Amino acid sequence: MLQTKDLKYSYDGKTMLNFPDISCKEGERWLLLGQSGSGKTTLLHLLGGLRTAEEGDVVVGGTSLKNLSKSQLDQYRGKKIGIIFQKAHFVKALTVEENLMLAQNLAGQKISKERIEDLLERLNVGHKLKSKPDSLSIGEQQRVAIARALVNKPAIILADEPTSALDDKNCDEVIKLLEQQAQQENATLLIVTHDGRLKEKFKNRITLDE
Amino acid sequence: MNIIKLSWKNLTSKPLAMLLSLVLFALGVGLISLLLLLNKQLEEKFQKNLAGIDLVIGAKGSPLQLILNSMYHVDAPTGNITIGEAKAFLREGHPLIKMAVPISVGDSYETYRIIGTNKKILELYEAEIGSGKLWEQDFEVTIGAAIAEILNLKIGDEFHSSHGFVSDGINEHSDSEPFKVTGILQPSGSVIDQLILTNTASIWKVHGSHDMGGPVQEDVKDSTIVTPAKTGTLLDHPDEEITSVLLQFSKRNIQTLQLGRNINENTDMMAAMPAYEINRLYGMMGAGEQLLKMVAFIIVFVSGLSVFISLFDSLRDRKYELALMRVMGATQAKIFFLIILEGIILAVIGFLIGIALSHIGMSILSNYMESSYRYSFSGSVFLIEEFYLLLGALGIGLVAALIPAIQASQTDISDTLTDS
Repeated sequence: MLQTKDLKYSYDGKTMLNFPDISCKEGERWLLLGQSGSGKTTLLHLLGGLRTAEEGDVVVGGTSLKNLSKSQLDQYRGKKIGIIFQKAHFVKALTVEENLMLAQNLAGQKISKERIEDLLERLNVGHKLKSKPDSLSIGEQQRVAIARALVNKPAIILADEPTSALDDKNCDEVIKLLEQQAQQENATLLIVTHDGRLKEKFKNRITLDE
Repeated sequence: MNIIKLSWKNLTSKPLAMLLSLVLFALGVGLISLLLLLNKQLEEKFQKNLAGIDLVIGAKGSPLQLILNSMYHVDAPTGNITIGEAKAFLREGHPLIKMAVPISVGDSYETYRIIGTNKKILELYEAEIGSGKLWEQDFEVTIGAAIAEILNLKIGDEFHSSHGFVSDGINEHSDSEPFKVTGILQPSGSVIDQLILTNTASIWKVHGSHDMGGPVQEDVKDSTIVTPAKTGTLLDHPDEEITSVLLQFSKRNIQTLQLGRNINENTDMMAAMPAYEINRLYGMMGAGEQLLKMVAFIIVFVSGLSVFISLFDSLRDRKYELALMRVMGATQAKIFFLIILEGIILAVIGFLIGIALSHIGMSILSNYMESSYRYSFSGSVFLIEEFYLLLGALGIGLVAALIPAIQASQTDISDTLTDS
């Protein structure tokens, strides 16, 4: 479902970041561990098609991202890849429901209020449907972000430090929800983190060196 | 939740910034549109009321004032001339003159001017009797359609005139015989709609400063609609006064040009050419209009700037959400379009408010103008220029949004998101 080969990326043209090859199968759940500065976020952005690698290739569901044009890549990402960031961002002018509707619209999917309500309900934020994102707590925001990443039934869910801002209780809950939902949607889940609390919870692990 | 809705939500989430841009836009557009409307309608009215009049003869003074008073029925008269002085022009058979219409002003009813004249004035303005009949005897009046409607005057109604052009009751000629409405004209769209017409003798009689002998009344009585007889009666009173004479030439040539010059040089009267004076008036108003137009364009420019600044400024707050939209599948073109749309929405709404303001302003102005200048304007007339104004507004909205839109669509998603 998700493969990389000889991925290399450089910010300044001199120091080259070399990434280990990754191969995740459909429905698998992976943890990508690394200290700050090891290039985890860069790798996640490469996997999500937010950056283009200097060398090597990312293949998602049989499609090589290298071969897509900019706008094709945007659309492919919208449909197939759900991304959750360390800090949840929303379109501030819209309510939670409208943000999720926007995600459906931008990915070219049909607007389904049922799907949105169902997802938010499953993530225990159903009552926040009509709230503005700014009025939610950090934990609630992160759940809505998960709902948004899932709303288009992506093949792959990428999560960048989804728990770093959360306390232990929220951390456990969010990870559990992420796993549950990924399983329910049969999506491949890849979590990038330096959060030691997660180590024991995943058996598929990749560790990035300094 | 499509891109148009999103643009709208983005705008309304910052109501104050939106309000500022809209107010500026509406002010600029409204002012330009108001100037266009005013200019157009004023010009139309002036043209219509030129009524083919080639020369106006009256007492010496300001030629423009003479024209305004005798043809447009604003401003005070320059003075009076005697029938004796003007008889050469009032008499039938002058080789250059096709039509001569005497005008006597000075009295009014409820601020509407009573004009002592002859029936040829109807020909000048191409007016036709709507109901009743034209005045025949002294103190019979035929009123314009607008007056009948506004003052609710009907055939057979009587009223006393007031001296001057204000209605304060103090100057009422209550001792003289009342005027009686015998007819109402059809609406013509010209100044005649706002006039009360009667014969010249009635004006003299009201003022009674002279011994009105029987002859005038008798002559008028037996005069049927035949105008020569009427002119004849005027010519019988060389010492009586009128305000002016409106002339229409049978043809225009060097002689007619010289006629005016001759009058100005060799008599105590003044001759003024309406077309020339009105052009002079346009010229004088033009400077003020140009200034207002410049102010309006500056406001429009500032409104464009305000749209630009508010969009540009909002990008800083919104760069994460724009990057996020890219993550969710929005192409660069879509982001570009989103920002452009915000500029265009502001422009269109600003334009609509501006046009509404100018037309409401025009209706308010028309009420004021009608009572003080005898001109009716309309707030419900729309001009093709206003459509060009819409295109201009769209252009400004587009240009103001262009740079923010380009910047928003070029922003690197990964860098922006890593920044957080």
